[in-house]
Amino acid sequence: MKFEEIASTLPPRTYYFSGNEAVAEGAIAANCRYYAGYPITPSSEIMERISIRFKDVNGVFMQMEDELASICSVIGAVWAGAKAMTATSGPGFSLMQEGIGYAALTETPLVIVNIQRAGPGTGQATRVASGDLMQAKWGSHGDYHIIALSPWSVQEMYDQTIEAFNLAEQYRVPVFIMGDEATGHLRERIEVKAKVKVFNRIKKLGAPPFGTDQVDGIPPMPAFGEGEKLLVTGSTHNEFGFRKTDDPLVHSKLVNRINNKILNNQERIIKTESYHLDDAEVIVVSYGFTARSSLYAMDELRKEGKKVGLLRLKTIWPFADRIIHQIGGKAKKIFVPEMNRGQIIGEIMKYAACEVIPYNQTDGEIIHPHQIIRELRYLLNNM
Amino acid sequence: MARDLEEYLRPEVKSTPFCPGCGHGTLMNLILRAIDELKVSMDEMLFVSGIGCAAWIPSPNFNADTLHTLHGRAIAFATGAKMFNPKLKVMVISGDGDLTSIGGNHLIHAARRNIDLTVICANNMIYGMTGGQVASTSPLGAISSTTMEGNIYRPFDLCKLVLGAGAPYVARYSVTQPLSLVGAIKKSLTTHGFTFIEVLSPCHTQFGRRNRYDSPSDMLKMLMENCVSKEQAEHLSKEELKDKIITGEFSDGGA
Ligand SMILES: Cc1ncc(C[n+]2csc(CCOP(=O)(O)OP(=O)(O)O)c2C)c(N)n1
Ligand code: SF4
Repeated sequence: MKFEEIASTLPPRTYYFSGNEAVAEGAIAANCRYYAGYPITPSSEIMERISIRFKDVNGVFMQMEDELASICSVIGAVWAGAKAMTATSGPGFSLMQEGIGYAALTETPLVIVNIQRAGPGTGQATRVASGDLMQAKWGSHGDYHIIALSPWSVQEMYDQTIEAFNLAEQYRVPVFIMGDEATGHLRERIEVKAKVKVFNRIKKLGAPPFGTDQVDGIPPMPAFGEGEKLLVTGSTHNEFGFRKTDDPLVHSKLVNRINNKILNNQERIIKTESYHLDDAEVIVVSYGFTARSSLYAMDELRKEGKKVGLLRLKTIWPFADRIIHQIGGKAKKIFVPEMNRGQIIGEIMKYAACEVIPYNQTDGEIIHPHQIIRELRYLLNNM
Repeated sequence: MARDLEEYLRPEVKSTPFCPGCGHGTLMNLILRAIDELKVSMDEMLFVSGIGCAAWIPSPNFNADTLHTLHGRAIAFATGAKMFNPKLKVMVISGDGDLTSIGGNHLIHAARRNIDLTVICANNMIYGMTGGQVASTSPLGAISSTTMEGNIYRPFDLCKLVLGAGAPYVARYSVTQPLSLVGAIKKSLTTHGFTFIEVLSPCHTQFGRRNRYDSPSDMLKMLMENCVSKEQAEHLSKEELKDKIITGEFSDGGA
């Protein structure tokens, strides 16, 4: 069985959690049993809760000497058979990038949580932003694809953490939860269900661990200690792990496959939520915490009969290009509020035929509904 | 490589990647000899290495689980694997640049935490793979591709460094002392906790030819002349010890 329903480690009921606590609980529910991290605001509560709760489930918690050590030890643990995670923010995410590229090339399934804060540099350590979305996609050198999710509520911090582990295992890829300070520190009620659906790592002893005969195939993944005499390397390798750093065919085959296994499955991976797209003249495309304000703004304007819609991106990477292409062919304008200087808007402009209007805020504050209402009113009045 | 150790090598491997005369080939032989003498099963072993010539000692050569990682980070990877699956016998083999310069922080922290790892640092006193740049272990005055007028900074005493971080077993030998070295590797594999062996492993290609040791044998002669045991060293004056390399066990697993 690839997917299996297992009993929740927490008794099923309603809880009142912060987003960061929900991430820790989601990880434990998804069978994460190795965690390594280094303290950094605003993500530290994830590691603090894991350090206590892992005692109940026999997990291994390591506070490492830095974030690069954290992600490297997570990769080591995954190859030793663990489901494993790390969480960080800002500068810590930058430090992890070399390990992220290694995980992408070695097809190591793992989950990285980024509780985004305002950069660049040390920036505003305690303030909210969503400035790391392009970094999640492009942060390490070379060509690779990853999966990045964007939660908007405490419930989704829990649910998407479970989903992140399942996607990581299904596609053998690093999966990011691109939270932010506001969602991480938000407290809300969440429902914990009795059963959790988890994806079990596919094993096939003797099969090549780094290749299949398909250009977008996902190979099975053995662990150290199973007698497979595994050969794992971050250099270009053939399907059995032998370094072939001078072979153009081996390199292009490998790089194409690790990209194609995500790109060719994007319709299965990408999740969005649509509100009033059918008749909307102006569509707000929004994600993360900002999508809460966007939803409120849309509801208020709908009450006045204004033709406003909302597309919420639950998956940031791979990018929802098809649906953006569709709505961009129907709506008159797309409005994109972001807590950065304009990141996802660039992707939207690539695929939408209509006018795409940015709204950017980088002052460490959330974007409030009244700001979006004001901007949308202006747009609607000038059409 | 002696044929009696062939069973420890992957059948696909037909030659070593090292320059003829490189100390890393000898070290590879001695590590396998220690494993052979202890009768440790290769199925229990995990070899972790970083990036550099020395990191190629286990990968892909050793017929066991091998993890060839990032430059400097081998010990961090090894920590994760060992902590999650304590049944694995984990040996880290990498270069001096890898383990003690870019990776120095992981080295001292793993020693401080006393993670049950055997770390073998192949010290050739230079960055071999990248073309002979100065290392944190290059002697004062050493000529390198980035210190053409001689290295002006003192080298690390790696054993003191790791000892200071609390490792229960710390030793230094040269590949010119094969019997002692095999003994030390065996001891490190049977000692619980963080064990560290610094192995002087000559690189005539990048270090030797710039420092008047033109051939592999010149480098070996230099090591044979300069290595003194810690017992011998006790009877030598500061002046006499100037260019000497003190070898032996500096902490013997009693901790
Ligand atoms: C982050 C990073 N920086 C630099 C390098 C380039 N690099 C590859 S090997 C190496 C030095 C290896 O020296 P050492 O560990 O002493 O091993 P040796 O080759 O001498 O055996 C360097 C600097 C790299 N691979 N990664
Ligand atoms: S460059 Fe030096 S360390 Fe590297 S293989 Fe050649 S002799 Fe050995």
